Amino acid sequence: MCGIAGALGLSGQPINPDHVERMVRTLGHRGPDDRSALVDGEAALGHTRLSIIDVANGQQPMSTADERYWITYNGEIFNYVELKDALLAKGHRFTTTCDTEVLLHLYQEYGADCVHRLNGQWSFAIWDTHRRELFLSRDRMGVRPLFYTKSGNTFLFASEIKALFAFPGVDRRLDAQAVDQFFTFWTALSPRTMFEGVFELPPGHSMTVAGGQIRTYEYWRPRYDTFDSTLDADSAAERLLELLVDATRIRLRADVPVGAYLSGGLDSTVITALIKRFTTTPLRTFSVGFEDPQFDESSFQESAIRYLDTDHESIRCTASEIGRVFPDVIWHTEKPVLRTAPAPMFLLSRLVRDRGFKVVLTGEGSDEILGGYDIFKEAKIRRFWGVRPDSKLRPILLRRLYPYMKNIQAQPEAYLRAFFRTSPEDFADPFFSHLPRWELTSKLKLFYSPELRARIGAFDPVHELRTKLPESFAAWDGFSQAQYLETAHLLPAYILSSQGDRMSMGHSVEGRFPFLDYRVVEFASSLPPHLKMKVLNEKYLLKRAVDGLIPPNVQKRKKQPYRAPDAVSFFGPNGNTPEYALELLAPERLQEDGLFNPAAVNRLVTKARAGQELGVKDNMGVTGILSTQLLVDQFIRNFRYDHNAERGTPVRHRQLPVRAER
Amino acid sequence: MQNEVRQFVIDNFLFGQSDRQLDDSDSFLESGIIDSTGVLELIAFIETKYQVSIADDELVPANLDSIERVSAFIERKLQAKAGVPQ
Repeated sequence: MCGIAGALGLSGQPINPDHVERMVRTLGHRGPDDRSALVDGEAALGHTRLSIIDVANGQQPMSTADERYWITYNGEIFNYVELKDALLAKGHRFTTTCDTEVLLHLYQEYGADCVHRLNGQWSFAIWDTHRRELFLSRDRMGVRPLFYTKSGNTFLFASEIKALFAFPGVDRRLDAQAVDQFFTFWTALSPRTMFEGVFELPPGHSMTVAGGQIRTYEYWRPRYDTFDSTLDADSAAERLLELLVDATRIRLRADVPVGAYLSGGLDSTVITALIKRFTTTPLRTFSVGFEDPQFDESSFQESAIRYLDTDHESIRCTASEIGRVFPDVIWHTEKPVLRTAPAPMFLLSRLVRDRGFKVVLTGEGSDEILGGYDIFKEAKIRRFWGVRPDSKLRPILLRRLYPYMKNIQAQPEAYLRAFFRTSPEDFADPFFSHLPRWELTSKLKLFYSPELRARIGAFDPVHELRTKLPESFAAWDGFSQAQYLETAHLLPAYILSSQGDRMSMGHSVEGRFPFLDYRVVEFASSLPPHLKMKVLNEKYLLKRAVDGLIPPNVQKRKKQPYRAPDAVSFFGPNGNTPEYALELLAPERLQEDGLFNPAAVNRLVTKARAGQELGVKDNMGVTGILSTQLLVDQFIRNFRYDHNAERGTPVRHRQLPVRAER
Repeated sequence: MQNEVRQFVIDNFLFGQSDRQLDDSDSFLESGIIDSTGVLELIAFIETKYQVSIADDELVPANLDSIERVSAFIERKLQAKAGVPQ
C-alpha cells in the first residue's frame, strides 16, 4: 500500500526529476517506508511505499528484468499467489515474492486485459519504454484512488490531488458544478472532482496515454440484468458464506500483522468472526466509542469481543476532538463532507498505526451489495404504501424507518405521512429511491452566494446524472436501481475514500474489504432482491449465512448506521469553537471567498450556537459549509505542497539512460 | 402574530433569505420549507413563545402548515387558555 504519482510530456518534452520529487513528497503519509522517483525522458514515475509484502525486496518503481516495463503501484492483488503459479508455468521468472512483480509480468503477458484476472484493490501505472505508452488502471469498486490532470502539455497522475497541485504550474480552481453536485448527492460524481480540470479515473476503468492522446475506457461495472432464480435461500446462503470465507482468507495475505475494525454492527462482526473461525491468523480488533450515547455502540462491541474472544482496543471519541482534527481530515479527503463521520476513523487509524499495525480488514460494502441501507427500506415502504395511498395500515410501517434518528421518531403521525407520501406516478422515476434525499440536501443551496449561483448557471446535477446511467438501468427493478446508485457513486466517492482510504492512509494504514471481493459482488448482484431484503428484514441472506457464527444480539439488532456528532463538534454547548471555524465562517472571509451568503451562514451559526439540537439539514449545512471553506483555504488560498513533506524517507532518484533508437 | 410567525419561519428555516416569495397561505410541506425536524422546531417555538401546550392530535398540517394556519391556531390556543368560549 502506497502512494503513486507521475508525469508524461505529451509532446515528448522531458520531465524535470525535481518536479516529480515534489509530487512524491506530498504523499509521505501513504508510504513512509521508502520514496523514489524514476525519470525516462518524457516519462516519470514516483512512488512512496508502505511495505506489506516482501518487505525487503519490493521497492518501486519496479521493472521487468529487461527493463522494458516499469510500474508504480498502490494496492494489493490478493490472488497473486495463484496468478504467479500460472505465469511460472508459462515461463515467467521472478526475483521477488511480492505482488507488484506478478502484476508487471501479467501485463507483459496479457496487456491491458490483465485487469480482468485481478482480484484486488489497485491503482497503478505501467510505462512501456519501447512503445512509449503509459497504461493506468483502477480497481473495480474504487477502493484505491487515482486522479489525473493536464497542465499545459503535460499529463499528470497521482493517488491524491495534492500531488498534482505540487507539480509547478497546475491551476487550482474550485469547480462550481462539483459544488452543486456535492450539495445534491453528498459528493462530486466521478470523473469530476471538486477542482476544475482535475479528474478521477472512475472505478472499473483503465486508461492509456500515448502519442499525445489520452483514452479512458470502462472494463467492469455492477450489473443487475439477470437473477439466478434457481437458487433457494439455503444454497444461496451456503454459497455466500463460502465466498466470504475465501475473500477473507486471501485478504489476510501479508508479511506484517493484520487487524480488524469491530464496530459492533453486523458486517464487521461477520468479518471478525470469519477470521477467528476459518483462519489461524492472530487477531487484534479496534473500535470507536462515543461519549454521546446516540452514536455509541460499545455495548454491542463488547458482546462481539466476548463472543469472539478477540484482543481488543478502542478510542473514546469526543465532539471537541472531532472539531480539533477536522482541518486535517479535509486535507486528506480533498473534498467537503456533510458529515463529520470520517474524523473518528482518522483518529482510529492513528491508534492502529501506533500499535504497529499497517493492515485492517473491515465490513465496508456489505450494506451496498447485500441490501442493508435504510434508503432501500424507505423506498420499499413508500412503494408499498403508494399503491394504496388511502390505506390506514400501510403507513404505520413508516415507524420502522430510521429507528436511531430521534427527530424522525418524534415526528407527529400526520407529518411522517406527509413527508413520505408517494403516488404511483412517481414509481416510474429511476431515482424514486434517492430523490427525497437529494431534494432534502438541495435545500442547502439556499446558502449559495449570488456569485456561486451565477457560476453554476443552468447546470442541473440530477438531470446530468439521468443522461449518464447505464443503458440497462431503466429495465432494472427499483431495488437494484437504488443499489446501483449507492454502489457506483456513494460507495467509492464517500465511504471508501473520504471515510475509507483517505482516513486510514492518513496514518499509513491500509484497509481491506472482503465484501468487496468482486466474486462476492457479482454473486450478490445475481441474487433476487427478496433474498437481500426479505420484506423489511435487511441483509436477510447474510444473517442467514452467518447464523451461529456471531452473537445473537448482534445478528438481531436494529441496524444503526455509523454516525458521529456533527455541528456540535464546532459549536458545542461549552462554547469552545475552534479558531479556524470562527475565521473561515466570518462574514468578511465568506464574502471574499464568494461561495456562501454571509448573512445566511451567520444565522445558521447563531442557531447552532443557541444550543438546541439541530435537525439533519442544519447539521449537514454547518458541516458542509465549513468543510468547503476549509477545502478552499487549504487547497486554493494557502496550498503548500510541503505541508507534511518531512514525513518519510528522502526521495531516491533514478534516471534511465537515453536509448540510442530514440 | 402573523408577522411574528413569518419572522420565525424566515429566520429559522430560510436563514433570512426573505427574497424568496413566501405567501401567508403557502404550504410549508409542499414548498419544502419545513423538513422532518422543522415541524419539531415550529412546535417548540409555539410552546415557548406563547406558553401554550399542544396535544398530539393537534399536530396536523391543518393547524401547522402555513403562516396563516399557524397564526390562527395560536390565536385559538390563546383564547382557549384565556377561557374564551370557542
